[in-house]
Amino acid sequence: MSKHHVSAVINGEPTEFLCETQQTLLDVLRDEIGLTGSKEGCASGDCGACSVIVDGRLICSCLMLGCEADGTSITTIEGIAQGDHLHPVQQKFLEHAALQCGFCTPGLIVASKALLDENPNPTEEEARYWLAGNLCRCTGYDKVIRAVMDAAAVMRGEKAA
Amino acid sequence: MNYIASDLKVVGTRPVRPDGVEKVTGRAQFGADMRMAGMLWGKVLRSPHAHAKIVSIDASKAEKLPGVKAVVTSKDFPHIANEEAFVGEGPMNFRDLSRNCLAWDKALYEGHAIAAVAASTQAIADAAVELIDVKYEVLPYVIDVEDAMKDGAPILHDDLFTGGVEPKPTKPSNIAKVLTFKKGDAEAGFKDADVVVEGRYTTQPVHQAYIEPHACLCSYNADGQVTVYSSSQGHFMVRAYCAKLLGIEISDIRAVPLEIGGGFGGKTLVYLEPVAIALSKKAGRPVKMQMTREEVFRASGPTSGAVIEMKFGAKKDGTIVAARQVLKYQAGGFPGSPVGPGCMCGLAMYDIPNVEVIGYDVVSNRPKVAAYRAPGAPISSFAVESAMDELARKLNMDPIALREQNGARNGTKTHYGPTHQNIGFLATLEAAKNHPHYKSPLKPGQGRGIACGFWFNIGGETSAGCHVAEDGSVTATSGNPDIGGSRAAIGMMVAEVLGLPAEQVRTMIPDTSSIGFSFLTGGSRTTFSIGMAVTQAAERVVEDLKQRAAQIWEIPADAVEWRDGKAYPAGSNAGAFEPLDLAALALKAGRTGGPIGAEVSLNAQGAGPGFGAHICDVEVDKETGAVKILRYTAVQDVGKAIHPSYVEGQIQGGAAQGIGWALNEEYIYDAKGKMDNAGFLDYRVPVASDVPMIEAVLVEVPNPRHPFGARGVGEVPIVPPMAAIANAIRSATGLRMPDLPMSPPKLRAALDAAPKTSPG
Amino acid sequence: MPSLNYAAPTTVDEAVKLLAGASGLAKVLSGGTDLLVQLRSGRLRPDLIVDTKKIPGIMGITQGADGGFVIGAATPGAVIEANAALTKAWPGVVEAMDLIGSTQIQGRASLAGNLCNASPAADSVPALYAAAAIAVIVGPNGKREVPVEQVPTGPGRTSLAKGEFILEFKLPPRPPRSSDAYLRFIPRTEMDIAVVGCGISVTLDAGGTCTAARVSLGAVAPTVLLVQAAADTLIGHKLDDATLQKLDAAAQAACKPIDDKRGTIVYRTKIAGVLARRVAAIAFDRALGKTSVKTH
Repeated sequence: MSKHHVSAVINGEPTEFLCETQQTLLDVLRDEIGLTGSKEGCASGDCGACSVIVDGRLICSCLMLGCEADGTSITTIEGIAQGDHLHPVQQKFLEHAALQCGFCTPGLIVASKALLDENPNPTEEEARYWLAGNLCRCTGYDKVIRAVMDAAAVMRGEKAA
Repeated sequence: MNYIASDLKVVGTRPVRPDGVEKVTGRAQFGADMRMAGMLWGKVLRSPHAHAKIVSIDASKAEKLPGVKAVVTSKDFPHIANEEAFVGEGPMNFRDLSRNCLAWDKALYEGHAIAAVAASTQAIADAAVELIDVKYEVLPYVIDVEDAMKDGAPILHDDLFTGGVEPKPTKPSNIAKVLTFKKGDAEAGFKDADVVVEGRYTTQPVHQAYIEPHACLCSYNADGQVTVYSSSQGHFMVRAYCAKLLGIEISDIRAVPLEIGGGFGGKTLVYLEPVAIALSKKAGRPVKMQMTREEVFRASGPTSGAVIEMKFGAKKDGTIVAARQVLKYQAGGFPGSPVGPGCMCGLAMYDIPNVEVIGYDVVSNRPKVAAYRAPGAPISSFAVESAMDELARKLNMDPIALREQNGARNGTKTHYGPTHQNIGFLATLEAAKNHPHYKSPLKPGQGRGIACGFWFNIGGETSAGCHVAEDGSVTATSGNPDIGGSRAAIGMMVAEVLGLPAEQVRTMIPDTSSIGFSFLTGGSRTTFSIGMAVTQAAERVVEDLKQRAAQIWEIPADAVEWRDGKAYPAGSNAGAFEPLDLAALALKAGRTGGPIGAEVSLNAQGAGPGFGAHICDVEVDKETGAVKILRYTAVQDVGKAIHPSYVEGQIQGGAAQGIGWALNEEYIYDAKGKMDNAGFLDYRVPVASDVPMIEAVLVEVPNPRHPFGARGVGEVPIVPPMAAIANAIRSATGLRMPDLPMSPPKLRAALDAAPKTSPG
Repeated sequence: MPSLNYAAPTTVDEAVKLLAGASGLAKVLSGGTDLLVQLRSGRLRPDLIVDTKKIPGIMGITQGADGGFVIGAATPGAVIEANAALTKAWPGVVEAMDLIGSTQIQGRASLAGNLCNASPAADSVPALYAAAAIAVIVGPNGKREVPVEQVPTGPGRTSLAKGEFILEFKLPPRPPRSSDAYLRFIPRTEMDIAVVGCGISVTLDAGGTCTAARVSLGAVAPTVLLVQAAADTLIGHKLDDATLQKLDAAAQAACKPIDDKRGTIVYRTKIAGVLARRVAAIAFDRALGKTSVKTH
């Protein structure tokens, strides 16, 4: 089969690409479009390092084919900040030292943003269960959860950024 | 200069790390993110057998596949002699490393690399390896350490004779060496004891499980110069190992450190880089290689599984008079398990007059083990600290009190030789004892355990620099890859010396051609060693800056002082000059002597060991055997915490790895010696909902050998958790679980088998 | 190099033609959370992937006037969990679907994919069996409706003929004082395949006596089981200690598990009994209106 010609909106930009059937959305983002912020940790949907948001839904981009993306709107880690204005989740990750090696961080930030878009006032338990699909081996999750809860408070207007 | 007693303005605060924004926006480049024009994609063919002779390799069909540009086997590597070099946390035999990267005559584990291909797409490379025809003579295999030690076990290496045994054996063995440490007379000590506890403990192999699989991009130029882009725990190590394995001159290789997505010791050696270089040489183009997650589990070094026999003898009053430990560690396909550090660290916390420790390094048909965070110590301490708990119970003593009574202090001579100086074990125990967690009430069905840990920490050869740009802005340089946020601490130390805010120092990690040699990032050495070197570099820059001001003011250099980022005349006698800041001095640098900067290369000595004490509360579901961690407190002496958030982060991360090791992580093998759970689905690392907040308590007993008092912190925290949890389970259920992992089926079986008495 | 074809038909007929007419192996793609893993690992080497998500009706949930539900086969778990009416009527089905994998998996995973992947340990399947769900299957011979328990026939195998796929699921209207629940046992708190799963649906009378029940166990046999003997321990009884003991025993007796990397025969059998008791308690409480709290 010849390659698929796919049109999608990626981080607000209309984008076109070619891909083979077996290339996942993650393969396409990294290898065809050059958006290497989403990472491959396992290619089997078990680690969340490839997390992106497609049509408003948090998914693992390693479990979606590139050709399925036709007509969709996709947000990757590269689209979370607005220019040089960091999203509160990104800002709080930095302040709380919620990253060490930084490899799982893009996936965690996308997943955390998706959490707060859906549930602006999560409990610690809710945050932990929502983020259970994002493996982190460096932090033990403590500062990650603190950063997410703090970002939530900022986004609810309860404290200054 | 020593700043331990000074009023510090930057060190000890919590600024945002200098490389943070690129990491939270996805711009940071990790091992698999690099591209080069004309790049090919590599793939390794791996053995499907746990143990086999390689009879022949026929790559002709693969070579003919359109898009395939090169195929390599071990024939493309020089066959080097049996040679060992000490590399910090364990010896490295380069012949073994070479044979691990590409097998010579035998496949020694399932997943062992046999050949590799470079092709124009990953899909073609993947298809090509399936066309390589390898004829194997399948051999019986052995995995379990005691099985491998038995007479009649399948022998992995015909030329391996047990070291450390007299007379020298003539029959090959899977026991690579035996280590013995003796202090006093253990037999006599046990006879003298009022109370003896004995136990046999086992651990399963576990993997570092960094989220980033190994990846690299290597380019071999026609003139023999090589560039290696990879994520590693030491780009100088990458350079040296590739040079050694391929017979290339070291300075013909430039190793560029990309960001590394976790290492924990598992990236202190090379797997793909030498293969990618060989492919690049053959193909005449750059070659990118990355491991899949499955390959990471099957073919990169996890740590040993082990059997430990433990015996303590004590007097009624709690004085431990004798200890004996026998440790048997798997090394994987080649010798080199961390049994040595295991022998040393388990009992290093205690002052015991009579000690005997025997360690066995045993090869078996699984991946060659690599360092994993305090290599050897967690395994050994699991046994020591579980047995200490039993001893405390038998003596009817509080577990912390037992450790205080027998704890090492300044001047205690260890059983492996060195004498402890400037250590913080008792302070750590004191802090644990006084922590509200230790006194908080428990509900029925809940239990509490404590356990301690030790790690030596190392120093070593280090290079770091400090440079002032033409506009006065400052860059610190470090020869060590940043695996946990060390750039922040490094920049802070420079900022402190220069009297600047932390945000005004940039910290970079140059490639191997652009900075002096540094030993790898491991052994909890980076903040300590780079800190020492970069502080000296910054001090030289300050002296230089004072010189420049003196020249500008035409006063003697000793009449200038440096404060808060500016040069001042030292007292009114020196002259009424306006202070000069870095920008002003840099502007005149050309006229006052040239560019302002310094690079320091040294061999950092005096790394202080670290001690930890962890308190853990658990609840056990007695019907399912599931263990819930309710509360976790990790106390550690950390010397001076340069950036407390990253020190806490090391403690929390190490504790979480220990929790996984304790409860659910293990290599599961099928009946053919193949790993059955080579993925994150069934290799079960802790997820966010598995752990509570982990409170890190920093006890700051400064290390006087470091300008700011820093100690290594990264490795100690993984040492106590397994025993802390085992002891908590003991407290909750009355059951001693001596076999890791303490997974639900094991607990349920133990609960069912136990006599029906109430928990202790 | 084998080439893999992909099609995204926009009608049932188009999809059936593609699947029925495929010369090699054709696989249906819903959420892809099993299929893509198997593609990547090489376990499956299809020639054609038929993406059904563009077929009208295959995504979405509707409730009929009779109170029954129709759930599009490819509806992602996240959409199922967000449906308040479905969650109220069938909290067990919803929580079972919700337990599959991570939040990211929930963004894509579907009931049809979970059922047709036919893993003995699939989480949503015991709840669907307990619910007496109906699978609406389309194919070359038109439409047919079967109880879901007739679809999986063995690990990785279904009774679907070539060219057939599931269009939607039907859940029957609920009599008063009915509810369901699902629990699974996993070693961690998330992200594991069930070591044992149990789904129970009950209808009670005003006094709390069970008048109808279905009990289903997962991961204890080559397929998910409907355990009539376990249901019989509930029907006609209140959930007292004696009933719970009999339920436990019946659940254990039905198990035919294997030893594998996720659990042993001995352990799975014991846990089946434990879960059956715990699930029944929740289902009974819900049926009496005592609680609607999520189980995790």
